[in-house]
Amino acid sequence: MPKLINKNAVIDNPWTVMKASTGPDILKVVTGKNFIVPLQFWKLYQEELDRYDGKIAVWLDSDENPEQITGEVGSLPLIALNFTVFSDGRSYTSARELRQKYAFKGEVRAIGDVLRDQLYYMAQCGFDTFEIRHDQEPELCLDAFKDFETGYQSTITQPTPLFRRR
Amino acid sequence: MYRYDGYDHQMLADRVAQFRDQTNRYIDGKLSEAEFLPLRLQNGLYVQRLAPMLRIAVPYGMLSSTQLRKLAYIANHYDKGYAHFTTRQNIQYNWPALVDVPDLLADLAEVEMHAIQTSGNCIRNTTTDQFAGAAPDELEDSRAYCEIIRQWSSFHPEFAYLPRKFKIAVCGTADDQAATQVHDIGIYLVKGSNDEVGFRILVGGGLGRTPVIGKEIFDFIEKKYLLTALEAILRVYNREGRRDNKYKARIKILVKETGVEEFKNKVIEEWAFIKDSSLTLTDEEIDRCQKFFDAPDYKNLGNSPAQLTDKLQSNILFAAWHSQNVKPHKVPGYSIVTVCFKETGVAPGDVTDLQLKQIADLSDQYSFGEIRISHKQNIVMADVRQDQLFELWEVLESGAMASHNLGLLTDVICCPGGDFCALANAKSIPIAESIQRKFNDHEELINIGEMSLNISGCMNACGHHHVGNIGILGVDKKGEEYYQVSLGGSSKNKASLGKIIGPSFAQEEISDVVENIVSVYKEMRNDDEKFIDTYNRIGIDPFKEKVYAKAD
Repeated sequence: MPKLINKNAVIDNPWTVMKASTGPDILKVVTGKNFIVPLQFWKLYQEELDRYDGKIAVWLDSDENPEQITGEVGSLPLIALNFTVFSDGRSYTSARELRQKYAFKGEVRAIGDVLRDQLYYMAQCGFDTFEIRHDQEPELCLDAFKDFETGYQSTITQPTPLFRRR
Repeated sequence: MYRYDGYDHQMLADRVAQFRDQTNRYIDGKLSEAEFLPLRLQNGLYVQRLAPMLRIAVPYGMLSSTQLRKLAYIANHYDKGYAHFTTRQNIQYNWPALVDVPDLLADLAEVEMHAIQTSGNCIRNTTTDQFAGAAPDELEDSRAYCEIIRQWSSFHPEFAYLPRKFKIAVCGTADDQAATQVHDIGIYLVKGSNDEVGFRILVGGGLGRTPVIGKEIFDFIEKKYLLTALEAILRVYNREGRRDNKYKARIKILVKETGVEEFKNKVIEEWAFIKDSSLTLTDEEIDRCQKFFDAPDYKNLGNSPAQLTDKLQSNILFAAWHSQNVKPHKVPGYSIVTVCFKETGVAPGDVTDLQLKQIADLSDQYSFGEIRISHKQNIVMADVRQDQLFELWEVLESGAMASHNLGLLTDVICCPGGDFCALANAKSIPIAESIQRKFNDHEELINIGEMSLNISGCMNACGHHHVGNIGILGVDKKGEEYYQVSLGGSSKNKASLGKIIGPSFAQEEISDVVENIVSVYKEMRNDDEKFIDTYNRIGIDPFKEKVYAKAD
């Protein structure tokens, strides 16, 4: 089970990320789980998911635009955004758009190649929780949120840019 | 110039501490090569052919004498006594050791300097006209807007892992000296319909493998929308820019493949969500940034004082330097001086620690303690009294800094090339030198007149070869270094990309090729027609014929 942190501590992880290649039969075999399902799965098996007895959330890959789920964001408790590789920056924009454009109020989670040195910027863009890669030390990762005292920009955590606060 | 407050200092201190920790973890083996790579690049550190190369940010080219002295100290302490001016107004060192870099960055932070985002797939240093604030043909000083963009782009959490690097230039002068149209975003200060000053925005310009002139997406936006417009453009690019192929990842390819109208629509759609948000600029912020660039304490003087005109009569060398390197200033009695670092036998843009100190002293004495670096790898003292020009020249002359070839054929732009750079296909510095040796007669250079010659050692085009009147590109031909020559490029207002003249040449042929090109121009030009105008009139064929003519 990958370790999960928020910006303050290591926390329990009640969610399981379903791999992209998984078929719908899993819902019959494994019951009572809380699944974060791939976008395509979520679109294809809406009925099966409605009948399922655990909680359901969605994850988007870095090339999947949150505009594909705009109608439904209100009903989702959590949206996870995948980093196929840490240097692919698209999910930063996705997180920001979920918050700013689609007013998503639930939890935004980073999954995939999530490393210590990108956590600060992720948090600024609206991520709440981080499923860190297996080799990352959680204590070291928690320090990352203190890398900078403040920044110049208007971000999700600090919407007022520095020029309006000086 | 801009001065840091507590916030700026805190961010810089945090950054130095962050990079020190990252470097330590890398040295301890806790951070892999691949994971450390973008972190060190975003702190200016390359691993090069011989040693690391560290690129220091010089925001829009401005430096104080205090900063120059620190750069001299760094050249001496961490390097082998040299620094190098880059083609994007920055400074590079070629020898610092990896373990020393955090200390070096801490030294820089003492004088409000850093190496943040000077490399990597992020927003780079914003550049501008090196005469900003002093040029007579200026609509408004561009530096305040460059500073506003600098702050917005520094540590921007959303845009640190873009598909590729991203460069922005701002131009406030009628004569574009900032190569604005070959930037990912080019910004011109312009007047709107009711005489209000705002911005014209171009996107998708760039050099490299696929050179493109930027396309206009907004003919006018109000000043307050500067940052929201930039943020909207970057958001579209970050999401949609290609990540499957490094060579197709710049915004120019996205704009080309999407079509400029469609791209514009996407930007407008994103912009709508943030246009009137907290990121909208306030008049107070624009005022605050402009105040840092208020006119220095100019004296009430007249143009052409006797101290100047007498010396122009009596000293031919001084007169030659004056006519080439000294330009008019917007304030009477002052001039803009360019110290040209294109001495034959010295790599273009190379400067010693001693010269840096001398320039610092001279700027204190003659130009209010400030200088600028130009993208043509020279240094500008923007506010020199005309009655002190001769004194200044005498000191420059004694320090071998009085080259009077500014804007002439030998004022070449040149990347470090295969002598230093791991990316290069071919050497570039020896090419520059062979041309400078061939054209060593100043009379002849003056006779040839305004001409840009740009040399890059590879397709990445750091030497801007596409926009040189004559462009030279180093290519690899079965393991041999060859050079492709192009004609007709320009980075000025009527920007154009050079056209390749034909098959490439060996290193030893290049200076003769340039000589042949020049001779065709001299033969064909009308009166005082510039090279670029003659070329545009007669086309490439006459040059081709001469260059490839069989020897009898």
